[in-house]
Amino acid sequence: MTKTSETRIPVNEITVAKRTDASIAVVGNPNSGKSTLFNRLTGLKQRIGNYPGVTVERHIGLLKSQDKTVELIDLPGTHSLSAHSLEEHISVDVIFGRIEGTNAPDGVLAVLDATNLYQGLFLVQQLVELELPTVVALTMTDAAETSGIQVDTAELSALLGVPVYPVVATTGAGLDMLRRALVGIKDITPPRRVRIWPELTAAAERLAEDSRESLCFAELERVLIDGPTKSNEGIVGKLSDSARAEIGAVRNDLFGDEPPIAKDAQIRYSWVREVLDKVQKSAPAYVTWRTTVTGFLNRPVPGTIGLFLVMAIVFQAVFAWATPIMDTIDAFSSTLSAAVFARLGDTAFSSLIADGIIAGVGSVVIFLPQIIILFLFIILLEDSGYLARAAYLMDRAMRSVGLSGQSIIPMISSFACAVPGIMATRVIPNRRDRIATIMAAPFMTCSARLPVYALLIAAFVPATSVGFLNLQGLVLLGLYLFGIVMGVLTALLMRKTTLRGPKPPFALMLPEFRTPNLQTVAFQLLGRAKVFLKRAGTVIFAVAVLVWALAYFPRADDLPVDLDANTVAAMQMEQSWLGRAGKVVEPVFEPLGWDWRVSSAVIAGFPAREVVIAVLGTVYAVGDEADEGTLSGRLKSATRPDGSQVFTLPMVIGLLIFYACCLQCAATLAIIRRETNSWRWPIFAWVYMTAIGYVGALVAFQVGTA
Amino acid sequence: MAINGSTLASLKRGQKAVIRAINAADPQVQRLMVLGLVEGTEVEHASSAIGGDPMEFRLFGCGISLRQEHARHFKVAPVAAGD
Repeated sequence: MTKTSETRIPVNEITVAKRTDASIAVVGNPNSGKSTLFNRLTGLKQRIGNYPGVTVERHIGLLKSQDKTVELIDLPGTHSLSAHSLEEHISVDVIFGRIEGTNAPDGVLAVLDATNLYQGLFLVQQLVELELPTVVALTMTDAAETSGIQVDTAELSALLGVPVYPVVATTGAGLDMLRRALVGIKDITPPRRVRIWPELTAAAERLAEDSRESLCFAELERVLIDGPTKSNEGIVGKLSDSARAEIGAVRNDLFGDEPPIAKDAQIRYSWVREVLDKVQKSAPAYVTWRTTVTGFLNRPVPGTIGLFLVMAIVFQAVFAWATPIMDTIDAFSSTLSAAVFARLGDTAFSSLIADGIIAGVGSVVIFLPQIIILFLFIILLEDSGYLARAAYLMDRAMRSVGLSGQSIIPMISSFACAVPGIMATRVIPNRRDRIATIMAAPFMTCSARLPVYALLIAAFVPATSVGFLNLQGLVLLGLYLFGIVMGVLTALLMRKTTLRGPKPPFALMLPEFRTPNLQTVAFQLLGRAKVFLKRAGTVIFAVAVLVWALAYFPRADDLPVDLDANTVAAMQMEQSWLGRAGKVVEPVFEPLGWDWRVSSAVIAGFPAREVVIAVLGTVYAVGDEADEGTLSGRLKSATRPDGSQVFTLPMVIGLLIFYACCLQCAATLAIIRRETNSWRWPIFAWVYMTAIGYVGALVAFQVGTA
Repeated sequence: MAINGSTLASLKRGQKAVIRAINAADPQVQRLMVLGLVEGTEVEHASSAIGGDPMEFRLFGCGISLRQEHARHFKVAPVAAGD
């Protein structure tokens, strides 16, 4: 390598730095309307990436006004500059310029929610201490007015020492002024030093005194509050040796026995209360639909019933609305495949196009309706503030299995598909809690398991009635419950072993209900659909083509000519790589009562479980009558060479258990890899779930046959 | 320090109180202080989930939910009804 490669500067950073006049960090509390404002200011000129080494998304947008362009960095919502969660750490690291390859921002856009000035000012006051050019956007001024809150922006601006712009991001009111201020941010005088805690300020100043470099004084304050940690070692390293040695003593003087974070919060919130007295006038609140709804849902029982109703609607939508679209997609891809064969004849190429590529694309697209509907509901629930309330209502139940209320939405989403479910675990701040939820999610009965359950139940479970219920329905219900029990046991087991740790924290903000902003919802939906297509879709497509190739090659050309098409297909399958693999692993699955056909279908299903049906359909399609008989009929009559039945009841029960447990989904593995940022968890999940499935099927078959 | 033994956990629904003393040894309690539950703040017990846990409190217009085990660390002086 040449010498130049040693200084690695990410290429896109250079271009951005050249193009823009300033880089501005957009900082605010969670739910402060920050993302809506950011989308409003930057529109479609956004780039979404990832911060190095973590799964937190990095949103950068450009704002143009008066021939100037500034870069806005939308940071994850935070309550304080003493970071608590991974997302807060990212925000703080960006603000202090600790992210590799990026400079500290030139200015700050502080987003302050007019309906929640109390927590907002706690953060804004800390941002002002950065002594960077700062602009405050006072959002939700319309909502504040409806609830009777009036804010004296002039007084607020005077007290903070920075300009304050009231805006309504949803309508765009006040945005022009804000834009003008932002492009000219470098002309804004940085705020003067506020001494709300004079002892702390003086201590930080004293530490910085004999350092040769200029230091960010707010960051030094954080060193004193948080103590020297790995993330602030950069600034600690810049201190003089004597100052560094002094940190412990200074902290001891400042805090004594009191927890520093507690004392810091106490002092700053006292200041916030004084400011609120001066700038906020509250009239008696109007009764709006929000207060009525909140009041009703605040009662425990209506609240919980409401939650179940919401969940029922989401389920109804995911399954009922998506089905017609899915059927259309299915029919369309079958028609397309048939047309390819009619046009090109039965060759390897046409089979690649029809059974490989078209079927592969089809198997990605067919998931989209359900996934998009599910994403839409999750985003709507998040943005309306209901998600937090659901977590709050379910916390106690989830705690009994070692999780917290925030796990409920990921778990429920996984009944449609584990991929959006696992993506929804991002709201869980605690890492152990989050991984336990990710490990439990794939056990939930997803919609891809349903066709296989339906096929096997219809074929082998008699439709007799049990009381007023149907045995087939009961078995299906049992499989759903089995999945839930397995998932819960897994979470419990993991929280007691590898993921043992303190009980997950539960300090949840419960925002007022608000109407979600359509633009924000659309942006998020688009973003998540893209992630699904990019991470899961590519994997699903690739494995579909791979499985096609394994089932197609090698071809035998010496088959007798007088056989019917179905028998030829079955014979070709038998001597394909897939059929051969089925025979190789047959001894492994023999104790489960499976023959090579079932084994090869299960192997084909490992990357995507729904493929099993197609493979079973081909390998058991022998003889002329195959066209007339249904697949379930053919499975029933399938025999081994010695004439014994393959699909006995114990074997079918075992197969269902295997199916319920096994992680046969490459898309889920890819998402676990992405969301945990390591190969360790997807590999563990795969081995663990496969082992449970195998043992379960083994026990069912051996006990049932004995 | 403690005022007749009341804590956030013992408040009834709709009852208001001012936080008077906090046992801040638990880091999770410190986190709640960062969210604004500090001495001198007036809070209202807005709701609770089934079984009375977790509980929701409102302060200056924002809602925070916390578990009973944490709510017990906040000693309060109830505010007389009829504000």
